[in-house]
Amino acid sequence: MTKSLGLSGQQMGRRWALAGLLTLAFGGQAVAEGNPKDPYEGFNRAMFSVNEVIDKYAAKPVAQVYDNVAPLPVKAGVGNFFGNVGDLWIGVNSALQGKMGEAGVDIGRLLINSTVGIFGLFDVASELGLEKHDEDFGQTLAVWGVGSGGYLFWPIIGPRNVRDTGGWAVDSFVDPVWHVSDVPVRNGLVAVRFVDIRASLLPADKVVEEGALDKYAYIRDAYQQRRRNQIFDGRPPRLDD
Amino acid sequence: MFDRSMMKKLFALFFACFVAGAAFAQETPDALVQRVTDEVLDIIRKDKDIQNGDTHKVLDLVDKKVLPHFNFQHMTALALGKEWRKASPQQQQQLTAEFKTLLVRTYSNALTGYKNQKVLYKPFKMAPADTEVLVRTEVHQPGGKPVQLDYSLEKIDSAWKVYDVVVAGISLVTNYRDQFGQEVRNGGIDGLIASIAAKNKSLENGQKK
Repeated sequence: MTKSLGLSGQQMGRRWALAGLLTLAFGGQAVAEGNPKDPYEGFNRAMFSVNEVIDKYAAKPVAQVYDNVAPLPVKAGVGNFFGNVGDLWIGVNSALQGKMGEAGVDIGRLLINSTVGIFGLFDVASELGLEKHDEDFGQTLAVWGVGSGGYLFWPIIGPRNVRDTGGWAVDSFVDPVWHVSDVPVRNGLVAVRFVDIRASLLPADKVVEEGALDKYAYIRDAYQQRRRNQIFDGRPPRLDD
Repeated sequence: MFDRSMMKKLFALFFACFVAGAAFAQETPDALVQRVTDEVLDIIRKDKDIQNGDTHKVLDLVDKKVLPHFNFQHMTALALGKEWRKASPQQQQQLTAEFKTLLVRTYSNALTGYKNQKVLYKPFKMAPADTEVLVRTEVHQPGGKPVQLDYSLEKIDSAWKVYDVVVAGISLVTNYRDQFGQEVRNGGIDGLIASIAAKNKSLENGQKK
Protein backbone atom coordinates (compact mmCIF):
# COMPACT_ATOMS: atom_id res chain seq x y z
CA MET A 1 0.00 0.00 0.00
CA THR A 2 3.00 2.29 0.17
CA LYS A 3 2.56 2.44 -3.57
CA SER A 4 -0.89 2.75 -4.99
CA LEU A 5 -1.50 0.23 -7.67
CA GLY A 6 0.03 2.45 -10.34
CA LEU A 7 -1.31 0.91 -13.50
CA SER A 8 -0.58 3.61 -15.98
CA GLY A 9 -2.60 2.05 -18.76
CA GLN A 10 -5.92 0.34 -19.26
CA GLN A 11 -8.11 -0.53 -22.19
CA MET A 12 -10.04 2.20 -23.90
CA GLY A 13 -13.23 0.46 -22.83
CA ARG A 14 -12.18 0.87 -19.24
CA ARG A 15 -11.88 4.59 -19.76
CA TRP A 16 -15.53 4.68 -20.70
CA ALA A 17 -16.34 2.64 -17.65
CA LEU A 18 -14.34 5.16 -15.68
CA ALA A 19 -16.37 8.05 -17.05
CA GLY A 20 -19.49 6.21 -15.98
CA LEU A 21 -18.12 5.59 -12.50
CA LEU A 22 -17.09 9.23 -12.19
CA THR A 23 -20.65 10.27 -12.92
CA LEU A 24 -21.79 7.82 -10.31
CA ALA A 25 -19.33 9.18 -7.80
CA PHE A 26 -20.41 12.75 -8.19
CA GLY A 27 -24.04 11.76 -8.45
CA GLY A 28 -23.59 10.21 -5.03
CA GLN A 29 -22.29 13.41 -3.52
CA ALA A 30 -25.51 13.88 -1.58
CA VAL A 31 -24.68 10.92 0.67
CA ALA A 32 -21.61 12.61 2.12
CA GLU A 33 -20.79 10.97 5.42
CA GLY A 34 -19.12 13.47 7.59
CA ASN A 35 -15.43 12.89 6.95
CA PRO A 36 -14.27 15.96 5.02
CA LYS A 37 -11.34 13.96 3.70
CA ASP A 38 -13.70 11.45 2.14
CA PRO A 39 -16.89 12.98 0.73
CA TYR A 40 -17.71 9.94 -1.42
CA GLU A 41 -17.08 7.38 1.29
CA GLY A 42 -20.18 5.29 0.54
CA PHE A 43 -19.27 4.88 -3.12
CA ASN A 44 -15.62 4.34 -2.27
CA ARG A 45 -16.26 1.63 0.27
CA ALA A 46 -18.43 -0.20 -2.26
CA MET A 47 -15.68 0.01 -4.89
CA PHE A 48 -13.14 -1.01 -2.29
CA SER A 49 -15.10 -4.21 -1.61
CA VAL A 50 -15.28 -4.94 -5.32
CA ASN A 51 -11.54 -4.45 -5.60
CA GLU A 52 -10.86 -6.68 -2.61
CA VAL A 53 -12.62 -9.52 -4.41
CA ILE A 54 -10.78 -8.95 -7.68
CA ASP A 55 -7.52 -8.75 -5.79
CA LYS A 56 -8.13 -11.81 -3.66
CA TYR A 57 -9.09 -14.12 -6.51
CA ALA A 58 -7.10 -12.78 -9.44
CA ALA A 59 -4.42 -10.13 -8.99
CA LYS A 60 -2.85 -11.24 -5.72
CA PRO A 61 -2.58 -15.00 -6.43
CA VAL A 62 -0.89 -14.30 -9.77
CA ALA A 63 1.49 -11.82 -8.15
CA GLN A 64 2.32 -14.34 -5.42
CA VAL A 65 3.14 -17.04 -7.97
CA TYR A 66 5.33 -14.59 -9.89
CA ASP A 67 7.05 -13.51 -6.70
CA ASN A 68 7.77 -17.11 -5.66
CA VAL A 69 8.75 -18.47 -9.05
CA ALA A 70 10.72 -15.70 -10.74
CA PRO A 71 14.37 -15.50 -9.64
CA LEU A 72 15.57 -12.18 -8.29
CA PRO A 73 17.56 -11.15 -11.41
CA VAL A 74 14.43 -11.65 -13.52
CA LYS A 75 12.30 -9.58 -11.16
CA ALA A 76 14.94 -6.88 -11.02
CA GLY A 77 15.19 -6.87 -14.82
CA VAL A 78 11.43 -6.58 -15.22
CA GLY A 79 11.24 -3.76 -12.69
CA ASN A 80 14.15 -1.95 -14.30
CA PHE A 81 12.72 -2.37 -17.79
CA PHE A 82 9.39 -0.72 -16.96
CA GLY A 83 11.17 1.83 -14.81
CA ASN A 84 13.22 2.79 -17.83
CA VAL A 85 10.16 3.03 -20.06
CA GLY A 86 8.68 5.39 -17.49
CA ASP A 87 11.69 7.70 -17.27
CA LEU A 88 10.79 9.64 -20.43
CA TRP A 89 7.41 10.72 -19.08
CA ILE A 90 8.97 11.35 -15.67
CA GLY A 91 11.41 13.68 -17.41
CA VAL A 92 8.57 15.50 -19.19
CA ASN A 93 6.78 15.96 -15.87
CA SER A 94 9.95 17.20 -14.16
CA ALA A 95 10.23 19.77 -16.95
CA LEU A 96 6.54 20.72 -16.71
CA GLN A 97 7.11 21.38 -13.00
CA GLY A 98 10.07 23.60 -13.84
CA LYS A 99 12.70 21.19 -12.52
CA MET A 100 14.98 21.36 -15.55
CA GLY A 101 18.02 19.86 -13.84
CA GLU A 102 16.00 16.83 -12.79
CA ALA A 103 14.46 16.54 -16.25
CA GLY A 104 18.01 16.39 -17.63
CA VAL A 105 18.84 13.60 -15.19
CA ASP A 106 15.69 11.69 -16.19
CA ILE A 107 16.53 11.87 -19.88
CA GLY A 108 20.17 11.01 -19.15
CA ARG A 109 18.96 7.95 -17.28
CA LEU A 110 16.80 6.93 -20.23
CA LEU A 111 19.71 7.25 -22.67
CA ILE A 112 22.19 5.39 -20.48
CA ASN A 113 19.86 2.60 -19.39
CA SER A 114 18.44 2.04 -22.89
CA THR A 115 21.96 1.53 -24.28
CA VAL A 116 24.54 0.51 -21.70
CA GLY A 117 21.75 -0.96 -19.56
CA ILE A 118 20.61 -3.19 -22.45
CA PHE A 119 17.06 -1.94 -23.19
CA GLY A 120 16.65 -0.87 -19.61
CA LEU A 121 17.12 -4.31 -18.06
CA PHE A 122 19.92 -2.94 -15.88
CA ASP A 123 19.72 0.33 -14.00
CA VAL A 124 23.26 1.43 -14.76
CA ALA A 125 22.33 5.09 -14.35
CA SER A 126 21.55 4.65 -10.64
CA GLU A 127 24.94 3.01 -10.18
CA LEU A 128 26.45 6.09 -11.81
CA GLY A 129 24.64 8.29 -9.32
CA LEU A 130 21.80 9.50 -11.56
CA GLU A 131 18.97 9.30 -9.07
CA LYS A 132 15.58 8.01 -10.20
CA HIS A 133 12.75 10.46 -9.66
CA ASP A 134 9.11 9.87 -8.97
CA GLU A 135 6.84 12.08 -11.08
CA ASP A 136 3.51 11.74 -12.84
CA PHE A 137 0.94 14.06 -14.32
CA GLY A 138 -1.16 14.13 -11.16
CA GLN A 139 1.82 15.61 -9.29
CA THR A 140 2.36 18.11 -12.11
CA LEU A 141 -1.27 19.22 -11.81
CA ALA A 142 -0.78 19.66 -8.05
CA VAL A 143 2.35 21.74 -8.59
CA TRP A 144 0.36 23.86 -11.04
CA GLY A 145 -2.11 24.55 -8.29
CA VAL A 146 -4.97 22.27 -9.28
CA GLY A 147 -6.94 21.25 -6.18
CA SER A 148 -7.09 17.60 -5.20
CA GLY A 149 -10.86 17.16 -5.40
CA GLY A 150 -12.52 14.46 -3.34
CA TYR A 151 -10.94 11.12 -2.59
CA LEU A 152 -11.98 8.22 -4.80
CA PHE A 153 -11.33 4.52 -4.73
CA TRP A 154 -11.40 2.67 -8.06
CA PRO A 155 -11.36 -1.04 -8.74
CA ILE A 156 -8.02 -2.18 -10.29
CA ILE A 157 -6.29 1.22 -10.17
CA GLY A 158 -7.00 1.77 -6.49
CA PRO A 159 -7.01 5.04 -4.57
CA ARG A 160 -6.92 8.28 -6.59
CA ASN A 161 -8.47 11.62 -5.80
CA VAL A 162 -10.21 13.47 -8.64
CA ARG A 163 -6.99 15.24 -9.64
CA ASP A 164 -4.99 12.03 -9.68
CA THR A 165 -7.70 10.23 -11.62
CA GLY A 166 -7.31 12.89 -14.33
CA GLY A 167 -3.54 12.64 -14.03
CA TRP A 168 -3.76 8.89 -14.39
CA ALA A 169 -5.87 9.21 -17.55
CA VAL A 170 -3.19 11.47 -19.09
CA ASP A 171 -0.38 9.16 -17.89
CA SER A 172 -2.14 6.23 -19.53
CA PHE A 173 -2.79 8.11 -22.74
CA VAL A 174 0.90 8.86 -23.30
CA ASP A 175 2.13 5.56 -21.87
CA PRO A 176 4.55 4.03 -24.44
CA VAL A 177 3.50 0.50 -23.53
CA TRP A 178 -0.04 1.21 -24.72
CA HIS A 179 1.37 2.45 -28.03
CA VAL A 180 3.10 -0.80 -28.92
CA SER A 181 1.46 -1.70 -32.24
CA ASP A 182 1.68 -5.48 -31.93
CA VAL A 183 -1.41 -6.22 -29.85
CA PRO A 184 -0.34 -9.54 -28.23
CA VAL A 185 3.04 -8.03 -27.30
CA ARG A 186 1.32 -4.94 -25.94
CA ASN A 187 -1.11 -6.97 -23.86
CA GLY A 188 1.72 -9.14 -22.61
CA LEU A 189 3.70 -6.11 -21.51
CA VAL A 190 0.69 -4.58 -19.79
CA ALA A 191 0.01 -7.82 -17.95
CA VAL A 192 3.61 -8.33 -16.85
CA ARG A 193 3.83 -4.76 -15.62
CA PHE A 194 0.61 -5.17 -13.68
CA VAL A 195 1.89 -8.32 -12.02
CA ASP A 196 5.25 -6.70 -11.27
CA ILE A 197 3.58 -3.74 -9.58
CA ARG A 198 1.19 -5.95 -7.64
CA ALA A 199 4.06 -8.19 -6.54
CA SER A 200 6.02 -5.19 -5.28
CA LEU A 201 3.09 -4.40 -2.97
CA LEU A 202 2.96 -7.83 -1.35
CA PRO A 203 5.09 -6.96 1.70
CA ALA A 204 3.03 -3.83 2.31
CA ASP A 205 -0.13 -5.93 2.07
CA LYS A 206 0.88 -7.88 5.09
CA VAL A 207 1.48 -4.74 7.12
CA VAL A 208 -1.95 -3.38 6.21
CA GLU A 209 -3.71 -6.67 6.94
CA GLU A 210 -2.07 -6.97 10.32
CA GLY A 211 -1.81 -3.35 11.37
CA ALA A 212 -5.04 -1.72 10.25
CA LEU A 213 -8.12 -1.43 12.43
CA ASP A 214 -10.04 -0.44 9.29
CA LYS A 215 -8.23 -1.46 6.12
CA TYR A 216 -10.19 0.95 3.94
CA ALA A 217 -9.34 3.95 6.13
CA TYR A 218 -5.72 2.85 6.53
CA ILE A 219 -5.23 2.74 2.76
CA ARG A 220 -7.05 6.02 2.22
CA ASP A 221 -4.94 7.89 4.75
CA ALA A 222 -1.72 6.26 3.59
CA TYR A 223 -2.53 7.26 0.00
CA GLN A 224 -3.11 10.86 1.01
CA GLN A 225 0.09 11.08 3.03
CA ARG A 226 2.09 9.44 0.28
CA ARG A 227 0.77 11.69 -2.49
CA ARG A 228 1.49 14.76 -0.43
CA ASN A 229 5.02 13.50 0.06
CA GLN A 230 5.45 12.87 -3.67
CA ILE A 231 4.14 16.30 -4.63
CA PHE A 232 6.71 17.89 -2.32
CA ASP A 233 9.44 15.52 -3.56
CA GLY A 234 9.93 13.84 -0.22
CA ARG A 235 10.04 16.99 1.89
CA PRO A 236 6.49 18.00 2.71
CA PRO A 237 6.04 20.90 5.12
CA ARG A 238 5.12 19.65 8.56
CA LEU A 239 1.47 19.55 9.47
CA ASP A 240 0.56 20.84 12.88
CA ASP A 241 -1.16 18.45 15.20
CA MET B 1 2.78 -8.15 40.83
CA PHE B 2 3.31 -4.50 41.60
CA ASP B 3 6.74 -5.21 42.96
CA ARG B 4 7.71 -7.12 39.92
CA SER B 5 6.72 -4.39 37.54
CA MET B 6 8.52 -1.88 39.75
CA MET B 7 11.58 -4.04 39.63
CA LYS B 8 11.28 -4.25 35.89
CA LYS B 9 10.98 -0.51 35.60
CA LEU B 10 13.91 0.07 37.85
CA PHE B 11 15.92 -2.40 35.93
CA ALA B 12 14.91 -0.81 32.65
CA LEU B 13 15.79 2.59 34.01
CA PHE B 14 19.12 1.34 35.26
CA PHE B 15 19.78 -0.30 31.93
CA ALA B 16 18.82 2.80 29.98
CA CYS B 17 21.07 4.98 32.10
CA PHE B 18 23.85 2.51 31.77
CA VAL B 19 23.56 2.34 27.99
CA ALA B 20 23.07 6.04 27.57
CA GLY B 21 25.70 7.00 30.10
CA ALA B 22 28.46 4.56 29.51
CA ALA B 23 28.53 3.56 25.93
CA PHE B 24 26.73 6.08 23.76
CA ALA B 25 26.68 9.31 25.65
CA GLN B 26 27.90 11.26 22.69
CA GLU B 27 26.06 9.33 20.02
CA THR B 28 24.23 11.60 17.62
CA PRO B 29 20.73 10.60 16.49
CA ASP B 30 21.82 9.78 12.95
CA ALA B 31 24.64 7.60 14.28
CA LEU B 32 22.17 5.87 16.56
CA VAL B 33 19.77 5.10 13.69
CA GLN B 34 22.60 3.82 11.56
CA ARG B 35 24.11 1.66 14.28
CA VAL B 36 20.82 0.04 15.25
CA THR B 37 19.76 -0.47 11.62
CA ASP B 38 23.07 -2.04 10.69
CA GLU B 39 23.10 -4.29 13.74
CA VAL B 40 19.56 -5.51 13.19
CA LEU B 41 19.94 -6.06 9.46
CA ASP B 42 23.19 -7.86 10.01
CA ILE B 43 21.51 -10.29 12.38
CA ILE B 44 18.57 -10.84 10.03
CA ARG B 45 20.87 -11.45 7.09
CA LYS B 46 22.61 -14.22 8.96
CA ASP B 47 19.56 -15.78 10.58
CA LYS B 48 17.72 -18.28 8.41
CA ASP B 49 14.96 -18.76 11.03
CA ILE B 50 14.03 -15.09 10.88
CA GLN B 51 14.12 -15.09 7.09
CA ASN B 52 11.72 -18.03 7.16
CA GLY B 53 9.31 -16.03 9.29
CA ASP B 54 10.09 -17.14 12.86
CA THR B 55 7.93 -14.60 14.67
CA HIS B 56 9.22 -15.26 18.16
CA LYS B 57 12.82 -14.87 17.17
CA VAL B 58 12.22 -11.63 15.34
CA LEU B 59 10.11 -10.23 18.20
CA ASP B 60 12.93 -11.07 20.55
CA LEU B 61 15.46 -9.31 18.34
CA VAL B 62 13.28 -6.22 18.04
CA ASP B 63 12.63 -6.22 21.76
CA LYS B 64 16.33 -6.27 22.58
CA LYS B 65 17.78 -4.05 19.89
CA VAL B 66 15.09 -1.69 18.68
CA LEU B 67 12.46 -1.02 21.34
CA PRO B 68 14.79 0.61 23.88
CA HIS B 69 15.16 3.45 21.38
CA PHE B 70 11.44 4.07 20.89
CA ASN B 71 9.10 6.30 22.88
CA PHE B 72 5.75 4.54 22.57
CA GLN B 73 3.91 6.92 24.83
CA HIS B 74 4.70 9.80 22.49
CA MET B 75 3.81 7.65 19.48
CA THR B 76 0.43 6.79 20.95
CA ALA B 77 -0.29 10.41 21.85
CA LEU B 78 0.61 11.41 18.30
CA ALA B 79 -1.61 8.71 16.82
CA LEU B 80 -4.58 9.74 18.93
CA GLY B 81 -4.20 13.52 18.58
CA LYS B 82 -6.36 15.84 20.69
CA GLU B 83 -8.19 13.02 22.47
CA TRP B 84 -4.99 12.00 24.24
CA ARG B 85 -5.32 14.72 26.84
CA LYS B 86 -8.88 13.67 27.64
CA ALA B 87 -7.75 10.15 28.47
CA SER B 88 -7.01 9.25 32.09
CA PRO B 89 -3.43 8.27 32.96
CA GLN B 90 -4.57 4.68 33.25
CA GLN B 91 -6.24 4.77 29.84
CA GLN B 92 -3.12 6.33 28.38
CA GLN B 93 -1.04 3.56 29.81
CA GLN B 94 -3.33 0.79 28.55
CA LEU B 95 -3.63 2.35 25.14
CA THR B 96 0.13 2.74 24.87
CA ALA B 97 0.63 -0.90 25.79
CA GLU B 98 -1.87 -2.17 23.22
CA PHE B 99 -0.68 0.14 20.45
CA LYS B 100 2.90 -0.84 21.14
CA THR B 101 2.01 -4.52 20.81
CA LEU B 102 0.21 -3.86 17.53
CA LEU B 103 3.02 -1.81 16.00
CA VAL B 104 5.77 -4.13 17.16
CA ARG B 105 4.04 -7.22 15.84
CA THR B 106 3.10 -5.69 12.51
CA TYR B 107 6.49 -4.26 11.73
CA SER B 108 8.53 -7.08 13.18
CA ASN B 109 6.78 -9.38 10.75
CA ALA B 110 7.62 -6.97 7.95
CA LEU B 111 11.29 -7.36 8.92
CA THR B 112 11.21 -11.06 8.14
CA GLY B 113 10.63 -10.10 4.51
CA TYR B 114 13.98 -8.34 4.50
CA LYS B 115 16.19 -9.92 1.87
CA ASN B 116 18.07 -7.92 -0.68
CA GLN B 117 17.51 -4.35 0.42
CA LYS B 118 20.26 -1.88 1.11
CA VAL B 119 19.87 1.10 3.42
CA LEU B 120 21.48 4.41 2.50
CA TYR B 121 21.83 7.22 5.04
CA LYS B 122 21.11 10.74 3.86
CA PRO B 123 23.34 13.63 4.91
CA PHE B 124 22.36 14.82 8.38
CA LYS B 125 22.76 18.19 10.03
CA MET B 126 21.71 19.37 13.47
CA ALA B 127 22.47 22.17 15.86
CA PRO B 128 23.88 21.11 19.25
CA ALA B 129 20.82 22.55 20.99
CA ASP B 130 18.26 20.64 18.90
CA THR B 131 15.97 18.34 20.82
CA GLU B 132 13.90 17.14 17.84
CA VAL B 133 15.41 15.89 14.61
CA LEU B 134 14.57 13.99 11.46
CA VAL B 135 16.98 11.28 10.31
CA ARG B 136 16.50 10.41 6.68
CA THR B 137 17.36 7.09 5.08
CA GLU B 138 16.52 5.38 1.85
CA VAL B 139 15.93 1.68 1.21
CA HIS B 140 17.14 0.43 -2.15
CA GLN B 141 16.00 -2.83 -3.66
CA PRO B 142 16.87 -4.41 -6.99
CA GLY B 143 14.38 -3.43 -9.69
CA GLY B 144 12.33 -1.23 -7.38
CA LYS B 145 12.12 2.47 -6.72
CA PRO B 146 14.07 3.56 -3.64
CA VAL B 147 11.79 3.88 -0.62
CA GLN B 148 12.19 6.83 1.69
CA LEU B 149 12.41 5.81 5.36
CA ASP B 150 12.62 8.64 7.88
CA TYR B 151 12.76 8.64 11.67
CA SER B 152 11.65 11.47 13.94
CA LEU B 153 13.64 11.51 17.15
CA GLU B 154 13.43 13.55 20.32
CA LYS B 155 15.98 14.03 23.06
CA ILE B 156 14.76 12.83 26.44
CA ASP B 157 17.27 13.46 29.18
CA SER B 158 20.40 12.61 27.26
CA ALA B 159 19.05 9.80 25.08
CA TRP B 160 17.50 10.04 21.64
CA LYS B 161 14.17 8.28 21.19
CA VAL B 162 12.24 7.59 18.01
CA TYR B 163 8.62 8.80 18.12
CA ASP B 164 7.66 8.49 14.46
CA VAL B 165 8.65 6.37 11.50
CA VAL B 166 7.75 7.61 8.04
CA VAL B 167 7.80 5.21 5.08
CA ALA B 168 7.44 6.72 1.61
CA GLY B 169 5.92 9.77 3.26
CA ILE B 170 3.44 7.72 5.27
CA SER B 171 3.72 8.14 9.01
CA LEU B 172 3.13 4.77 10.57
CA VAL B 173 1.83 6.65 13.59
CA THR B 174 -0.39 9.45 12.29
CA ASN B 175 -1.85 7.08 9.72
CA TYR B 176 -3.90 5.76 12.65
CA ARG B 177 -5.37 9.16 13.50
CA ASP B 178 -8.68 8.75 11.65
CA GLN B 179 -9.12 5.11 12.59
CA PHE B 180 -8.54 5.95 16.25
CA GLY B 181 -10.89 8.91 15.98
CA GLN B 182 -13.56 6.65 14.52
CA GLU B 183 -13.20 4.15 17.37
CA VAL B 184 -13.29 6.89 19.99
CA ARG B 185 -16.47 8.34 18.46
CA ASN B 186 -18.07 4.91 18.54
CA GLY B 187 -16.98 3.65 21.94
CA GLY B 188 -14.81 6.22 23.69
CA ILE B 189 -11.19 5.69 24.67
CA ASP B 190 -12.09 2.36 26.30
CA GLY B 191 -13.71 1.23 23.05
CA LEU B 192 -10.51 2.08 21.20
CA ILE B 193 -8.41 0.16 23.72
CA ALA B 194 -10.74 -2.83 23.38
CA SER B 195 -10.55 -2.72 19.57
CA ILE B 196 -6.78 -2.73 19.50
CA ALA B 197 -6.66 -5.43 22.15
CA ALA B 198 -9.02 -7.58 20.08
CA LYS B 199 -6.88 -7.02 17.00
CA ASN B 200 -3.76 -8.03 18.94
CA LYS B 201 -5.48 -11.13 20.23
CA SER B 202 -6.51 -12.24 16.75
CA LEU B 203 -2.98 -11.68 15.44
CA GLU B 204 -1.54 -13.69 18.28
CA ASN B 205 -3.95 -16.56 17.68
CA GLY B 206 -3.19 -16.45 13.98
CA GLN B 207 0.47 -16.96 14.72
CA LYS B 208 0.01 -19.93 16.98
CA LYS B 209 -1.51 -22.21 14.39
